[in-house]
Amino acid sequence: MQFIKNFIAKSRAKSPWIMHFDCGSCNGCDIEVLACLTPMYDVERFGVVNVGNPKHADVLLVTGTVNPRNQKVLRNLYDQMPDPKGVIAIGSCGLSGGIFRDCYNVVGGVDKVIPVDVYVPGCPAKPEAIIDGVVKALGKFESLRRAG
Amino acid sequence: MKTIVPFGPQHPVLPEPIHLNLEVENEIVTGAIPAIGYVHRGLEKLCEIRDFNQMIQVCERVCGICSAIHAQCYCQCIEEMMGVEVPDRARYLRTIWGELHRMHSHLLWLGLFADSFGFESLFMQCWKIREKVMDIMEATTGNRVVISVNIVGGVRRNLDPEQIRWVLSELKFVEEGVKSVEAALLEDYTVKRRLKGKGVLTKEDALLLGAAGPTLRGSNVAQDMRQLGYAAYGEIGFEPVVEPDGDSYSRNKVRFRETLQSIELVRRAIDKLPEGDISVKVKGRPEGEVYHRVEQPRGECVYYLRGNGSKNLERLRIRTPTFANIPPLLTMLPGSELADVPVLILSIDPCVSCTER
Amino acid sequence: MNNVSDITLDALVAEVLKKKNDGWRFVTLSCTELDEESCDILYHFDKDLASSHFRLKAPKATPIPSISSVYFSAFLVENEIQDQFNLKFDGLAVDFERTLLLDEEVTTTPFCRYGVSRANQ
Ligand code: SF4
Repeated sequence: MQFIKNFIAKSRAKSPWIMHFDCGSCNGCDIEVLACLTPMYDVERFGVVNVGNPKHADVLLVTGTVNPRNQKVLRNLYDQMPDPKGVIAIGSCGLSGGIFRDCYNVVGGVDKVIPVDVYVPGCPAKPEAIIDGVVKALGKFESLRRAG
Repeated sequence: MKTIVPFGPQHPVLPEPIHLNLEVENEIVTGAIPAIGYVHRGLEKLCEIRDFNQMIQVCERVCGICSAIHAQCYCQCIEEMMGVEVPDRARYLRTIWGELHRMHSHLLWLGLFADSFGFESLFMQCWKIREKVMDIMEATTGNRVVISVNIVGGVRRNLDPEQIRWVLSELKFVEEGVKSVEAALLEDYTVKRRLKGKGVLTKEDALLLGAAGPTLRGSNVAQDMRQLGYAAYGEIGFEPVVEPDGDSYSRNKVRFRETLQSIELVRRAIDKLPEGDISVKVKGRPEGEVYHRVEQPRGECVYYLRGNGSKNLERLRIRTPTFANIPPLLTMLPGSELADVPVLILSIDPCVSCTER
Repeated sequence: MNNVSDITLDALVAEVLKKKNDGWRFVTLSCTELDEESCDILYHFDKDLASSHFRLKAPKATPIPSISSVYFSAFLVENEIQDQFNLKFDGLAVDFERTLLLDEEVTTTPFCRYGVSRANQ
């Protein structure tokens, strides 16, 4: 049993599966997240796989501001992900609301709704920065494995 | 038996949340009701807190994909209100950056579309070509997506002869790349089977439902706002791309041909690029009303501004192309098979963040 | 802006129908709040790249006849105006009852400086 547990803990750190959710982003950060997955930046070489189902995901990438309607969806997705899980907020919008923080339909950053592990700043965040953010989030799984 | 199948808001083929309730009978869609509002921020209202120069940055973030064209349209509105004459060189530079944005948007869409009918390597290939366009933007403006070059009265950055030579040589790679995917995107047997005759929108319907952009031109209507001749389009010569059939394949082909056309337009604009200043000093405050339209990658975009002589605008109203393309989508869906729904939704090139602003 | 003509509430639908029969394409509506009692609504049309507009001064209290029976595509923007300005459109093809863009929990009318909230209606 211990062997299997170790194996899972190791794969989680070495090959995290990510899911991307767009709250109220302007698309700038979205397409940069997608750019990470495509040939030029290609995070798949680090074992990162993009999935569409929250039940398969270890890491949640969130771009954009939270509004009263999508906060329920966000909460729901987060709750469906199995433990342990990491959340990365991307772009000024995801951090604090950014340029839209004064809008009437904006609640604020992602951390108003779910706990965030890594913050990636930028408007839009550069693909390099997003990759750095993912690697940082892996540190969390790595330390879990050590403690394991 | 009728079943309601929810589609979205989180769906693998869509990078953005849009929700549709599909009424399905034996795998055939009989009705569709949209539910949007997941990305609504309310940025039109910001014009009451931010002054009219700061609003350029906000308008760029209506949609990250066509940001330069949003900013261009907004600046043209303010210039029309204040009677500012923009230097010739600035008009040409705006055209160049605008067309680069169209190129990257169309390549992005061609890739996502390929993914929607299951061609993953084609998706990767299109995005690889797109990275070249992003490089050009980063090298000439300092940013990849939101390039922030437009200001009221002109543009912020210039192109020197060295850069122009480099841009032209990079464009050659882009052109070769785009041509290399032509056979897979337009001639492939599977692609034709999946796209031909799917989601037909007749010319009459397209006009009646107010479709815009490639969705309209794919239905044999030669209407493109660039024909109005704003920026440099009046001088470099422009003909809209039209396809006759009104199905998903036609819309695909329109966008493919427009990508090549954009490369050609950038070349023409660079060829004729006049010397001179890139911006003029602007004094005064916007006053009065303007109604202005530009062509974005997804279609006609309408701005309506109302100013009262103070530094804040009284009203900023943005109607984006996807907003106009949702009603045509709703009439396209009934009668199609459930498995075709992702293809049909993508075929109008939905951009949810600008639909809801 | 050229080609703007004023229009009244009663003549609205008939005039819009005339536009449709003349082959104009419906573009959109723009709404601005004028004062406590009224809003200014512009109806934009397009035909072969030419534009024409109707201007309607709409009192907030009276429902406005919807033109979605003439141009189906108008239902989206009419719903949007309902959300933002708390105006009422009569005879909408699909009525989202002020939840097109805003969530059910939101009860304010964001674009009205003098607005009333949905809760105390
Ligand atoms: S941080 Fe900037 S680029 Fe990213 S979603 Fe927000 S506004 Fe768009």
